Amino acid sequence: MRGTRVAVLGAGIIGAACARELALAGFDVTVVDRGGAAAATTSHGEGNILVSDKAPGPELELAQLSRRLWPEVLAAVAERSAQAAEAVAAVEWQPKGGIVIATTDPGARRLSRFAAEQRAASVRAEVLDSAALAEAEPFVTRDNTAAVYYPQDAQVQPAAAAVALLTDALASGARLRRECEVLGAAVRGGRLTAVRTRAGLIEADAFVNCAGPWAAELADRLGVPVHVRPRRGDVLVTAPLPPTVFHKVYDADYVAAVGSGTEESQTSAVVESTPAGTLLLGSSRRYAGFDDRPRPEVLSSIAAKALRLFPCLADVPVMRAYGGFRPYVPDHLPVIGADPRLPGLWHATGHEGAGIGLSLGTARLLRDLVLGRPTRIDATVFRVDRPAVVGPGTPGSSEETV
Amino acid sequence: MTRRHVAVIGAGPAGLAAAEAALGAGARVTLIDSEEQPGGQYHRMLPEPYAATHPERLQHGWNAFDRRRRRVLAHPRCAWWPRTAVWALERPDPGTPGPPRVHLLRGPADGGGRSRHVLEPGALVLAVGAHDRVLPFPGWELPGVFTAGAAQALAKGERVVVGDRVVVAGTGPFLLPVAGSLLEAGSRVLEVLEANPAATVARGWLRRPWELPAQAAKLPELVEYAADLAGHRVPYRTGRTVIEARGADQVEEVVIARLRADWSVVPGSERTVPVDALCVTHGFSPRLELAVAAGCALRAVSSGEFVAVDRDQRTSCPGVYAAGEITGIAGAQAARAEGALAGWVAGGGDSRLPALLALRRSRDQGRAFARRLARAHPIGGQWPGWLRPRTVICRCEETDYDALRRAATGQAGADPRVIRLRTRAGLGPCQARVCGPTVAELTERLSGEAAGRQVQGLPAASPHRRPIAQPIRLGELAAPPERIPNSDTEEWS
Repeated sequence: MRGTRVAVLGAGIIGAACARELALAGFDVTVVDRGGAAAATTSHGEGNILVSDKAPGPELELAQLSRRLWPEVLAAVAERSAQAAEAVAAVEWQPKGGIVIATTDPGARRLSRFAAEQRAASVRAEVLDSAALAEAEPFVTRDNTAAVYYPQDAQVQPAAAAVALLTDALASGARLRRECEVLGAAVRGGRLTAVRTRAGLIEADAFVNCAGPWAAELADRLGVPVHVRPRRGDVLVTAPLPPTVFHKVYDADYVAAVGSGTEESQTSAVVESTPAGTLLLGSSRRYAGFDDRPRPEVLSSIAAKALRLFPCLADVPVMRAYGGFRPYVPDHLPVIGADPRLPGLWHATGHEGAGIGLSLGTARLLRDLVLGRPTRIDATVFRVDRPAVVGPGTPGSSEETV
Repeated sequence: MTRRHVAVIGAGPAGLAAAEAALGAGARVTLIDSEEQPGGQYHRMLPEPYAATHPERLQHGWNAFDRRRRRVLAHPRCAWWPRTAVWALERPDPGTPGPPRVHLLRGPADGGGRSRHVLEPGALVLAVGAHDRVLPFPGWELPGVFTAGAAQALAKGERVVVGDRVVVAGTGPFLLPVAGSLLEAGSRVLEVLEANPAATVARGWLRRPWELPAQAAKLPELVEYAADLAGHRVPYRTGRTVIEARGADQVEEVVIARLRADWSVVPGSERTVPVDALCVTHGFSPRLELAVAAGCALRAVSSGEFVAVDRDQRTSCPGVYAAGEITGIAGAQAARAEGALAGWVAGGGDSRLPALLALRRSRDQGRAFARRLARAHPIGGQWPGWLRPRTVICRCEETDYDALRRAATGQAGADPRVIRLRTRAGLGPCQARVCGPTVAELTERLSGEAAGRQVQGLPAASPHRRPIAQPIRLGELAAPPERIPNSDTEEWS
């Protein structure tokens, strides 16, 4: 692969992971971003690496592959240099496990059915009785009807994770072009041969669209629309506390919200601590285009649902809030593969809220697809030319409703 | 009759003048302040239980302020909301006219049971002022090191003596009243140190000297402070500053050095002075989070960013006006003039009224004076020269200069937001109010990357962006607001 040039468009977690895999495979990689690395969706999320919220199927397989890769890849990156080891230390890798709580009887039945299906697909999902739950999370509400522990769930500082992966890509020979917005395509003989950017023409043999929620806009500029829409989420950050929450704890409603496509704004409780002592409280899902206004009533709803799980937090001050945009595809599956409409263009986007966790598996799949090798898991469901991605009949990104 | 409802945030000199003028224009007013009493930083009042018999002794312009305060608070169309925090401003949908909705918490910040309210005013006046800016130096996090504003607040507001032997250092005319307040409260002020050399100060002050008398209502006040210092035999030295504070658990001594015009340290000029308190000021940072939340455009000048306003104090955001220090550090006289203009126009008053000419003149003179001050008391570009690798930059998170430098110089992680997330600089309880401008300046210098670049849909990495403008407890946030019906159309009896 020496000398084969790949331009990775987008320096978020997906672009960083893809750049690293491709650079290690010997490609001549240039990472292009209109801003700085990890500055958008990647640094506006919680850093989830979850298997617990995924039903058996291709996305779970991708999550399991990624989960296996995370500790391996971080260890490999750390070994390269002292600087790399420092970058990996900042990732704050925490394999702390998740606990899903149901608070209603129907919720409990759904949760235990869901966990049983997951166990059949090799997910570790352990039912906790009240005593075990009280031991694992002493401050969680006693007012619950079921709890399942998922020891494989993990958490990272997402911006630091992307920086560590990108640092490794650069150490493997990749180049980073910041402040370099892609404006259009240069197509020769039906093939994408270059992108026009604010900083001039960038030629390559292959281009990977890793633009997250902006993937649709980028694809439009290249002449091949894809249906990826922004789905806004908000996170509250509390003042630092003594240890109070020990796992990633979320309401069983969260799984339903992740899998939903409703146009309504939704919130469901996700509560976790960070190594700095703050708690991150999520989550909300709404379609508002790229509207960056925080909505007090959405923040209020997040707070109310977090208090249902942890009533003892009522006097804890919220210090700040941030919001970001998930790249959403109506069938909730990422888009990974070649674009048959424009040879030379590949996509790796549409991970919605799971991009941090799925990044490493996605990069591995993409590398194998680009190399024409067999993939570790079946990648055909993620292909670009499926109705949810290229239409027809799916709503375009210009028809946003709140 | 239908009256416009004007919400005024901040009851310092600008906000109080805005409230009075809006009332004069016929509007009804809700005047909001986080403190229990109006006055802001300038007319800081003693808490009532401790009220001295003669608070005016520490205060300039007290009588005029007191009259205005009484007029406004007693006015039948004015609702005074003390101890009220604005925790969020909610911008209306694009294309919808009117200012943002104002989300409030009423009640003592340290007590439980604050209630949540939402106002939907017809116009909004932001008059939230500024707080001290302090540059970091080795040891600035030690107990006994105060911002000049905090020291003055302790002296004026609570009559607390910050120390017996005190050095006052930094730049700007604020050094003088701070030293004066300390003397008044009973401290011994060893030296007052202006970092800029005498030549810089003189050039700035004496530029276009014929304009000075019109601009400087403050001059007699400053002369009085200077005379006070001289009377107490306190030396005022230029071209010198404190480059390090030392001590085990508390500041015990400071290192004073001579500075060149660019604030590089003259080698060999260091001397050590035993102290038990140090007061530092490097000017003021405007409190911009509400203006940023409202969507107001900012303007950048050499001394920092401020809210951009037109001749009637309108911001770029419809229905939102700004007055006082958030538009420029120009002192109380200009703040009052700006507040009166903003309140009058926000309240529906005729902006062609001839009487406004005098207000605009007073404001423009104040602003010209502010430019004079900025030229006389700039921050020298070489100040980071006194930082050491272990110097704390963010006191809340204890991020040191070396951590910032390493994060900012790695190519992959050079984005300002990413640097903050990786080093936690500015993420602590003060939410970058202290270190924000410093971190932005240092990361820009270290990475060569300008802060605050806008990406579609994502907020610029502004050090002033705080969607939650004041801490709010989860229980308070979870409760539904007590909505105040009416807004702009309700009849006010």
